[in-house]
Amino acid sequence: MLTFILKKIGVIIPTFLGVTLIAFTFIRLLPGDPVLLLAGERGMSEERHARMMAEFGFDKPIIVQYGTYLNNLLHGDFGTSIVTKQPVLEEFATLFPATMELSLCAILFAVIVGLPAGMIAAVRRGSPFDHTVMASALTGYSMPIFWWGLLLIILFSGILGWTPVSGRISLMYFFEPVTGFMLIDSLLSGQPGAFVSAVKHLILPTIVLGTIPLAVIARQTRSAMLEVLGEDYIRTARAKGLSPSRVIGLHALRNAMIPVITVIGLQVGVLFAGAILTETIFSWPGIGKWMVDSIFRRDYTSVQGGLLLIAAIIMVVNLVVDLLYGLINPRIRHTE
Amino acid sequence: MKMINRKLLAALCGASMLLAGAAAVQAKTLVFCSEGSPEGFNPAFYTAGTTFDASSRPVFNRLVEFERGTTKVVPALAETWEISDDGLEYTFYLRKGVKFHTTKEFTPSRDFNADDVIFSFKRQLDKDHPFHNVTEGISYEYFEGMSMPSLIKDIVKVDDYTVKFVLNRPEAPMIANLGMDFASIHSQEYADKMMAAGTPAVIDQKPVGTGPFQLVAYQKDAVIRYKAHPDYWGGKAAIDDLVYAITPDASVRYQKLKAGECHVMPYPNPADLDAMAKDPDINLLQQEGLNVGYLAYSTMVAPFDNPKVRKALNMAINKQAILDAVFQGAGKIAKNPIPPTIWSYNDAVVDDPYDPAQSKAMLEAEGVKDLKMKIWAMPVQRPYNPNARRMAELIQADFAEVGVEAEIVSYEWGEYLDRSKDKNRDGAVLLGWTGDNGDPDNFLAVLLGCDGVGGSNRANWCYQPFEDLIQKAKVVADVKERTKLYEQAQVIFKEQAPWATIAHSVVFKPVRKEVVDFKIDPFGGHIFYGVDLK
Repeated sequence: MLTFILKKIGVIIPTFLGVTLIAFTFIRLLPGDPVLLLAGERGMSEERHARMMAEFGFDKPIIVQYGTYLNNLLHGDFGTSIVTKQPVLEEFATLFPATMELSLCAILFAVIVGLPAGMIAAVRRGSPFDHTVMASALTGYSMPIFWWGLLLIILFSGILGWTPVSGRISLMYFFEPVTGFMLIDSLLSGQPGAFVSAVKHLILPTIVLGTIPLAVIARQTRSAMLEVLGEDYIRTARAKGLSPSRVIGLHALRNAMIPVITVIGLQVGVLFAGAILTETIFSWPGIGKWMVDSIFRRDYTSVQGGLLLIAAIIMVVNLVVDLLYGLINPRIRHTE
Repeated sequence: MKMINRKLLAALCGASMLLAGAAAVQAKTLVFCSEGSPEGFNPAFYTAGTTFDASSRPVFNRLVEFERGTTKVVPALAETWEISDDGLEYTFYLRKGVKFHTTKEFTPSRDFNADDVIFSFKRQLDKDHPFHNVTEGISYEYFEGMSMPSLIKDIVKVDDYTVKFVLNRPEAPMIANLGMDFASIHSQEYADKMMAAGTPAVIDQKPVGTGPFQLVAYQKDAVIRYKAHPDYWGGKAAIDDLVYAITPDASVRYQKLKAGECHVMPYPNPADLDAMAKDPDINLLQQEGLNVGYLAYSTMVAPFDNPKVRKALNMAINKQAILDAVFQGAGKIAKNPIPPTIWSYNDAVVDDPYDPAQSKAMLEAEGVKDLKMKIWAMPVQRPYNPNARRMAELIQADFAEVGVEAEIVSYEWGEYLDRSKDKNRDGAVLLGWTGDNGDPDNFLAVLLGCDGVGGSNRANWCYQPFEDLIQKAKVVADVKERTKLYEQAQVIFKEQAPWATIAHSVVFKPVRKEVVDFKIDPFGGHIFYGVDLK
């Protein structure tokens, strides 16, 4: 197992270096001068432009800039935002818990609903339930997040008044963030009603962000289960007289889980992409919206720092998924 | 005895808690669904209105300010001022008894005085000032953009309550400039205290001003909380707490307003305006914005160097159609290069009529045949032009009617701003401007003055009779005389037609019915001092 882990980590290091290069070049490939964008219609003199470019270090050859960037990274310095003048790592750390909380809730929602739905659809293949699940999954997968979010807000917040429109907690609750996770902080605050308010605020964004992963997980679980249910060992298990719950729950599900876990792992990237829109609609103070704002403003340091940190998180999640394969199916760790 | 004291204390605590509870019930909290996070809390570093809404407007004061809802300059931290005959010395007599905020980091030991004024300006002016660079990577964007470093020769403390600004040249818009956000007054005592503690940059993150509200807490992209400054020199604000709920999406802001989760929202979707106007819980306020959207010809390149050709093209443009299609009613046809909300707006100027037949005839008379040109369409949405591409398409169709073949080009915003400055640029550029200080000079000199050619003057138009008028108006202190000069300048502008003036946007501000006396700020800001809740 240790060799297996070391091998996986060995792949991560060059990938990480590759990401630094992509993160660094990607934003510079976009047309647009960050200093001119700061000035807007007002413009600025050439002398001032040159001075500001020098202040940010953008006047140096690109290879030197990359070298400086790598060197700073090695010292844990992700740079300072061109726009807000705040350290990038600090901004990321402030906003990331909000995205993390929302993403965790969304993936939990997707798994809790998607996994059983896919399983039941597979077991009752061809039944009305199966058709309903598959049709809903296709609809959910095709739904534009922005439209879906607004629709839910108008229905549940506007017309029915069941959920708040946006934000993380009602404005009447005010406490200093401790962990950055509103569910935990609201409990720690001891203010009556704060936790309930935080939960209420999470409902709609969780559904919106979790919809696509839910659809994908339900479909994947169904097809993986169908494949496994046709295997000889399932027939044998059934022939042995094992109860259906034991056949499906133990023998079939465990083997069907490998592709499902892969999909769940891949959904982390989808969640971060979806978070950009979900966070904008629900005024959720997370990294998705922060990244988009930074790209529009050509805030080089924030974009490259943010990309790198998000990539690192996705790589870690993929590593965990790889390790989970090994745990679920020992053949994988032995063959690799 | 001890026992009695404890009991007494407990009773007092209980009573005070009850009182506090009663106060909390009565506390008036106004929630503003703002459109984004501020870039920071020192207004001198930034130029975005969102940042000013969160910093300079609630937290700070300036020597002079703009009367709420107008562009009129009124006294603020300076009670009166004098201008020397040669226009080179401005002496300000400061208000006494003005208190700075008391925060966790800072308890002021003295009132506002001349030292604070000198600190606030010298920090921006003097590169060797100990606070010039305490926050990494900043620049004094607006201070430099308004040419203050070359304008201000010195700032002298005459006494504790008198400050003199010495200028290098006369500049009539100087007073209006001092009402701008970058000219906010900071506390020197706070700066000194933070410097002594080894954390000088804290003054830019945790602002201390003399303004009507003081910052309590900020969570990026989520919420900003302020409370009323109890010792505000103008009297404590009618609302006790001010909360900005940061809500980037306009449709969501509207839903929050409807649900009563906020009282005021900026920048509504044009598509929602009808519903807002009909909503019994909402007052839809409106006012013309302090802006102008225009099409600037490249006047150094033939045939656009001929004013008659420019005039003919102006007559080919159906502005009403643009207003209907692009502004969806949220605009007003522009005939002058300054908006009607600015003093000296010349209403006597007659706009070029929409007359394609006459336009065609004029072009033929000038020997212009089979003209091919480019129309530059901005890639971004701006207050003065919500959809430049659509506007360009409409103008393209109008020009086609008079036999002019126009090609639409566009570049990424930064590129667009840069390339459109080229003196030999091919074609006419769609652009616009939002006023900084309500002074006509801020439009006419910046956008049409000879100094701006190859820069902010996108028409590259340098016309001496016009230039003489605006230069003269720059050095005359008398407002009546300046008004006359600017009125004449607008007549010349119309004759020479370096631009096709298209529109001034109309700003809509939906507020809930319980909000009392909210006024639309012509500068686009949101000011909550003077606002109350029913």
